Amino acid sequence: MFSKTIIKPNTYYDSVTLMSLSSEILKIDGVEEAVVSMGTKMNRDLLKNVGLDTDESNSAGDNDLIIAVEAESEEIYQQAYQKIEDLLDNNQSEGEEKEELRPKTINSAVKDFSEANLAVISVPGQYAAREAKIALEKGLHVMLFSDNVPVEDEKEIKELGKERGLLVMGPDCGTAAINNYGLCFANDVQEGNIGLVAASGTGLQEVMVLVDRYGGGISQGIGTGGRDLKEEIGGIMMIEGLKALANDPETDVITLISKPPAKSVEQKILKEVEKIDKEVVVCFLEGDAATTLEAGAEFAPSLNDAAIKSVKLAGYDPDQIMDFESKNETMNKIKNAKNKLTSKQSYVRGLFSGGTLCAEALAILREEVDTIKSNIAKKESEKLSDLDQYEGNVLLDMGEDEFTVGQPHPMIEPALKVDIILQEAKDETVGVILLDFELGFGSHQDPAGETIEAIKEAQEIAAKDNRELAFVGYICGTENDKQNYQQQKKKLNDAGVILGQSNVDAARIAAEILA
Amino acid sequence: MSNINELFNEELNIINVGNPKFKDDLDLQGANVIDLDWQPPAGGKVELIEALDSLTQKSEEIAKANQKVVEIIKSSQAHLVDIDQARNVVPGMKKNLILHAGPPIEWERMCGPMQGAVIGALIYEGLAEDEESARDLAASDEIEFAPCHEHSAVGPMAGVMSASMPVHIIENEEYGNRAYCTVNEGLGKVLRYGAFSDEVIDRLKFIEQTYAPALKKALALTDGIDLKAIISKALHMGDECHNRNTASTSLFFREITPYFLKADISEQDRKAALEFIKENDHYFLNLSMPTCKVALDAAHGVENATIVTTMSRNGVEFGIRISSLAEDKWFTAPANMVKGLLFPGYTEEDASPDIGDSTITETMGLGGFVMGGAPAIVQFVGGTVDDALNYSKQMYEITETENNNFSIPTLNFRGSALGIDVLKVIESGTLPIINTGMAHKVAGVGQVGAGIVHPPLECFEKALPELSKTINRGDQ
Repeated sequence: MFSKTIIKPNTYYDSVTLMSLSSEILKIDGVEEAVVSMGTKMNRDLLKNVGLDTDESNSAGDNDLIIAVEAESEEIYQQAYQKIEDLLDNNQSEGEEKEELRPKTINSAVKDFSEANLAVISVPGQYAAREAKIALEKGLHVMLFSDNVPVEDEKEIKELGKERGLLVMGPDCGTAAINNYGLCFANDVQEGNIGLVAASGTGLQEVMVLVDRYGGGISQGIGTGGRDLKEEIGGIMMIEGLKALANDPETDVITLISKPPAKSVEQKILKEVEKIDKEVVVCFLEGDAATTLEAGAEFAPSLNDAAIKSVKLAGYDPDQIMDFESKNETMNKIKNAKNKLTSKQSYVRGLFSGGTLCAEALAILREEVDTIKSNIAKKESEKLSDLDQYEGNVLLDMGEDEFTVGQPHPMIEPALKVDIILQEAKDETVGVILLDFELGFGSHQDPAGETIEAIKEAQEIAAKDNRELAFVGYICGTENDKQNYQQQKKKLNDAGVILGQSNVDAARIAAEILA
Repeated sequence: MSNINELFNEELNIINVGNPKFKDDLDLQGANVIDLDWQPPAGGKVELIEALDSLTQKSEEIAKANQKVVEIIKSSQAHLVDIDQARNVVPGMKKNLILHAGPPIEWERMCGPMQGAVIGALIYEGLAEDEESARDLAASDEIEFAPCHEHSAVGPMAGVMSASMPVHIIENEEYGNRAYCTVNEGLGKVLRYGAFSDEVIDRLKFIEQTYAPALKKALALTDGIDLKAIISKALHMGDECHNRNTASTSLFFREITPYFLKADISEQDRKAALEFIKENDHYFLNLSMPTCKVALDAAHGVENATIVTTMSRNGVEFGIRISSLAEDKWFTAPANMVKGLLFPGYTEEDASPDIGDSTITETMGLGGFVMGGAPAIVQFVGGTVDDALNYSKQMYEITETENNNFSIPTLNFRGSALGIDVLKVIESGTLPIINTGMAHKVAGVGQVGAGIVHPPLECFEKALPELSKTINRGDQ
């Protein structure tokens, strides 16, 4: 075994670039470990964990590049190192050759690009608020994808945005669709008269996708970042977004989406909803139905419900669109899967990329099964304490920090699910594995393809033990998404995955198989 | 209608800051998007980011001050009006004073070429007989050293100036201040590269006794030679007026020759003087430098300004000065090694670190800043024309304005980037680009190559906290 750790001081690369680079290197035969990352505390610790740290790497700074590789031989190490150098170079020279000299700061960019009106910011958290402030000072609306932004900073920039009448979508905002351009993680949906404001990235994606599937269309999809409806922020951006949609002639129906909000903020937003004379659908998970109805809005307990209600209010009939034929087919598949389960196979394991999809599935399944746990559960009794050892029904949001430290988000790199799928396959009590597949801009080019090999291998593991697993999946995507929805669907069908028509549907299928 | 509703009715024009993948997917949708070449501000250094942010509350005052600085620079009018011995005109010049390039430095710490030039100057002045006695004298208390820059003067490479040396006198017609620079000796064994052999001293004597008196007579017949106009034209003829002065020297030659012919000068001296200018492609360097110096000196001392008025090196350290701070306030850091092409027979080992006051040209938006318009220099300093254009374009990132007096033909006559702003340098991490010659580290060997160099970032990093303290305090 040969390993070496090299530090390149003051050499900055985007973390996502480095992560995809690391994964390229790991594909080289004989490379055991490859860490190419900036020297942040988190990454330094990560390096320690894999035993590749050195005195030099331990004192590396946030802007120092760490290149650590462990390989079977020095020769393979050299090969890997050369490849890293090539990939790092390539990224730079390609950019320089192809395009004009790129500006380095927002301030210099707006000099030549004075018509700029929106900044999409995804820099490391500690710099994000500063860039957002600079953008707002220059009169730009902001989509702030970055996470790890202190809540005080979030409040400050949102107040600045409000004062200037500018959108501040985020921090930690994964999805938005402004003027029908998808920003960051977003699906290619039809234009229409439904305007959305969401404090939840995949929540927004799911509603957009379902609205599209049920025949409706979107005017605007405003993200606010997950913390907007917390006490500290007070729903500043949801209220601003709501008001803007109320004034927008293209929007007839307004749909608000959030993970469980702070009660006081929920009340505050509903007061604003009351003032609006357009149709409003409120989908706050675990929200207050009675007050919502009093405010003159429709209450939707799930994302699917929100989409159906929105589409109906917008003047379409979703029932006409729903695919009953495939529903029957699905019923047969469920029966089939149910019959194949052994007596011991009684639990579901959900491996999610979308946080809100996980939360929604949890809300469905807790009604159907005895006990269920999740790493994102709010209820004490449902909290999953140990990610390495658990039993019973479990839903994992793999987009949470405990999975993504030093790793890309599973929507970008679905292969992260592979190990866990194989691990679940070894557990004889597992009957159903529930998966989500996000398509659209920002997401992996072939999430189904990245997973089907693991599904086959999982079935082989089970078969050796005379079992067969039921795989249930949901594709959050539209016919127009760049990944090709039909091909994704076919790949999963061919691998024997039973597909739900919505995330809720998939969760119900899982429950029915186990019932 | 809020701005948000306006956005709904506008075409989206997006600046992507961070992950380039998001830009790719916006391209896929046909969105109008540019991707920043983003780097952590100030290299991610927290104290510097805080200093930058602390200055945002004064941003209006700073903007106004910086505007004033560049206005002064642009409106300055440099004319060559006279030539005289330094002792008669250079402020504070005296027999035992030696001026040198760059920030202050003592004899002991001077690099080889600068020590050589000092030795040469002491011999030339008759203060020492040979190298050994010159070294002893230089090391004693009798000789004082000071930067040219603190005496309204500039000098290329070692930049050594002593009392008897004739200096070009450049007057700023708009602001009345003057700047001084010696006469360029040509290439080969010359004092500015640290040579002090008889040949060097003889040439200095020729300049003092034959050339300068002739030029003085010629200049007396003029209303002053408009140097700014010569530079403007030369930039359209392939010069960048730092490393390439072929066109500007020719233009100067054309301007001055009639006066040499008219003036009461002996035939022999006239011939020698004209020959001297004609033989030296770099003659004009010693005029472009003080042209920049008079403008930048006039722009020094503007309260709240964050613009650099001096960049200069002594072969050991690089130093910068800022308009709003005191004239003797230098921010220094070890000088970088020049990267470029070496003359045959030399290696990088032979080169001395970056040296000379000639970076005054870049401080004024010439030299490297207009390299894109001087393709002939590109190969000399290593690289392609595209590189040169990119270097010049990058400079707009860190400057206050564009100088329409000095335009770049290959950039559609865009004005050169003018007014290096410390705040922008720190924020973007982009450093000024400098075209420069490389001196041999051993005194007297001469030039070994030419290339490109940056000031050390540290100079700017040291200046920023001082600026933030001074400007936020508001009393200076």
